[in-house]
Amino acid sequence: MKRKYLSTPYIIWVIGFTLFPLITIAVSAFTNDDGAFTWDNIVAISEPINRQALLFSLAIAFGCTLICILLAYPTALFLKSFRFKRKGFTIFLLVLPMWMNFILRILAWQMILSKNGILNFILGKFGLTPLAISNTWIALMIGMVYDFLPYMILPIFNAISDIDEDLIEAARDLGAGSFTVFRKIIFPLSMPGMLSGVVMVFVPAMTSFVIADILGGGKLQLIGNIIEQEFMKSMNWHLGAGLSISLMLLVLIGLAFTMRNDMEEKGTAIW
Amino acid sequence: MKKVIYAAAILLFGIFALGGCGKEEPKEYLTVFNYGEYMDPDVIDQFTEETGIGIKYEEALTPEELYAKYSSGAISYDLVCSSDYMIQRLIQEGEAQKVDFSSMEYADNIGDRFWEFSRAFDPNNEYALPYFYGTIGILYDTTKVNGPIDSWGVLFDGSYKNDIIMQNSQRDTFMITLKYLGYSLNTSDEGELREAQELLIKQKPDVQAYLVDEARDEVVAGNAAMAVVYSGEAYLGHEYNENLAYVVPKEGSNVWIDSWIVTKNCKNIEAAQKFLDFLCREDIATKNFEYIYYSTPNEAVVANMDEELKNDPAITPTEEDMRNCEVCTQIDEDVVTLYNELWKELKADGGE
Amino acid sequence: MVRLKNVFMKCYLALILLFLYAPIFVLIVLSFNDSRSRVTWGGFTLRWYSALFSNRQILEALRTTLFLGLGSAAIATVIGTLGAVGIQAMRRRGYQIAMSVTNIPILNADIVTGIAMMLWFVRFIPLGFGSVLIAHITFNIPYVILSVMPKLKSLNLSIYEAARDLGAGGVYAFFHIVLPQIGSGILAGFFMALTMSLDDFVITYFTKGAGVNTLSTMIYGEIRKGIKPEMYALSTLLFAVIFVILLLFNLLSGKGKNTEDIIERSR
Repeated sequence: MKRKYLSTPYIIWVIGFTLFPLITIAVSAFTNDDGAFTWDNIVAISEPINRQALLFSLAIAFGCTLICILLAYPTALFLKSFRFKRKGFTIFLLVLPMWMNFILRILAWQMILSKNGILNFILGKFGLTPLAISNTWIALMIGMVYDFLPYMILPIFNAISDIDEDLIEAARDLGAGSFTVFRKIIFPLSMPGMLSGVVMVFVPAMTSFVIADILGGGKLQLIGNIIEQEFMKSMNWHLGAGLSISLMLLVLIGLAFTMRNDMEEKGTAIW
Repeated sequence: MKKVIYAAAILLFGIFALGGCGKEEPKEYLTVFNYGEYMDPDVIDQFTEETGIGIKYEEALTPEELYAKYSSGAISYDLVCSSDYMIQRLIQEGEAQKVDFSSMEYADNIGDRFWEFSRAFDPNNEYALPYFYGTIGILYDTTKVNGPIDSWGVLFDGSYKNDIIMQNSQRDTFMITLKYLGYSLNTSDEGELREAQELLIKQKPDVQAYLVDEARDEVVAGNAAMAVVYSGEAYLGHEYNENLAYVVPKEGSNVWIDSWIVTKNCKNIEAAQKFLDFLCREDIATKNFEYIYYSTPNEAVVANMDEELKNDPAITPTEEDMRNCEVCTQIDEDVVTLYNELWKELKADGGE
Repeated sequence: MVRLKNVFMKCYLALILLFLYAPIFVLIVLSFNDSRSRVTWGGFTLRWYSALFSNRQILEALRTTLFLGLGSAAIATVIGTLGAVGIQAMRRRGYQIAMSVTNIPILNADIVTGIAMMLWFVRFIPLGFGSVLIAHITFNIPYVILSVMPKLKSLNLSIYEAARDLGAGGVYAFFHIVLPQIGSGILAGFFMALTMSLDDFVITYFTKGAGVNTLSTMIYGEIRKGIKPEMYALSTLLFAVIFVILLLFNLLSGKGKNTEDIIERSR
């Protein structure tokens, strides 16, 4: 069986351009200014302020992932139920807004959500009380969900749209109700897609900082903000690298657990 | 699948059609590192036209970003423009080479007092050529404030709850607080810094946001009553909303000077000097001024400026303001560490 | 009942699209704003559009951006798809290691990835367009793999094995059996890779050579003084052009299917 050799170019690429740069950073994380070995930068994540930022990031990333799943799942289901034949077009429709520059879109959200912003203007037209959500964690969450939602919709939609209609028909013929069909067939078969979505949303959400700076008004400190600050403002690359490496290890361990479940489910997914 | 390939082909064709108009390639090049939007693009073209020297132009957002990329040695820069304390760091690290400003035709256009200010980070005026300067102050909406604004106190006395935008940069934010407390903004005294931090923590609930580049827009849009901004931003703010005014508080503030240095790696010193001289030429400096609208140290430009601009404190700081202001210099490593700690604590305060 | 459900589903999808497109509408409106400030309305104008076409820097950056985006997405799609097929064939341990390593570029904050690559590249290649291309391919690959992998999992590989047993070469079997089945995953991966590439600022910034500019690096450079309205005009134009092209393709190539679709939906 030689199928695995297809990944040769990929493996070479990963070693050359992912692992080696990572080693450069790891070296910096495990040394201090004098070049001596130290654990300080790695364990720094447990210092109160960093830990607080880490926990806050975890909460935000979890919340964002959850909201994305809740919004994306019905979207994918409904898209499937309309039986669009042109899948490419649907994918494209979801991705197109993301092709406009990220910073421009986030600045646009700032204009929508701000005190004298577009949203409050519209609410005012309907005689509703204006919302004071700009520069709060709610605005931060809206921005994050906005930015990551397509990365959740696409893999779920991809997984669901492949489900064999015959399988569903068969289940119905055997007397399964809509909910049973969903629980026994659609949901298990969409799991791999959802897992991909979780990785693509949760992981970048853990390290993001631009949205917190702009929509959170700089008052909320995510672990990404701290890493960014160590690199770009304090110029303490050793500490920044250390925090980043320990964050990476934490997320990797978390993912390894998810992945193990994923592997075990593989055999049973159809049942 | 096919659709996508066709689409890609059309797009690629479009890209080829877009540009690629071949021009004559210059023989020599200067690699220039500057802040974003900090030079009129026409100036660069004009320099190449007049001298035949091409410019490879690179931009940075912040001094730290600039330093990170510079110090990696990834690109060999010939000329670098950065802020006072970063220029000081580069000089101290031996990255700059001496420039004979007296041999330059137009260097005299730079006013004497700016050479004096430069001594704070370049004691013998051997390395740095002043480019633009300005102050830090309060940009406020005259329709939203009661009484005159002339002190940093308005930011700290709780009278403008949730209506204040502060700078999202540790040095700038501490700087004004230190000034308000009557200390030097280059202090390395831990007690003074902690006192400033305490005041900032107390102020945090009143702060609507800590922003950098968007601070001006928030005041222009009426989302906040006042913001701490650089003077150049204040001028633009006034352009967009005439109710806005700018003040350098009476306790004093920071005067910042962005300057050019020639790096030690520069091989073509003659070309580099030509470029610096070109920037000092009146017509070129005017062009840049009208593109950027920061305060220019070029007195030939100031002399021909409109009266209105001459009297705008955001464009031409008054003598009195300048006397009150201090230049920011590089602080010691351990003080930087303290700053980082204090800043992180401030940001973490009241968090979930 | 079915009708009501249909209405509900359509409303839901419309709301999701509204959410995704709301900021785009803001950008479009801003491109017609006769004021250099994004927060004040100065009346309607088309002047940013004409200014755009005389702005050599922006057009140059657009060219670089598109080259970089399409190039890196295409290469990453090829490497990533082959990689995913290979990884899936690995044993459990190998699979776990490979998938973890795959995630590294998205696990690290951009700033860390960017600086790490810069420090690594400096050792053996001059920074320029090539180094940015390599960097983009590197952070694009995980997105391709993550899009293709779920498809592979639901793929019936016994057909592939059967084809091999019947004497089909690996390459032939791959192109004729595996590829058609995972096509939409590959397409999604390509789109996501392209998206990541178009959006990236930090990694591009640290790995680019002097004089190489993408739209992102230009826009970030402009934040300090306020985004130039030409950028909004460009965004609007890009949006409109891509939208119209794909709509046309969709209408032209999908005609047969289209009627089928309508019949299906009217049931």
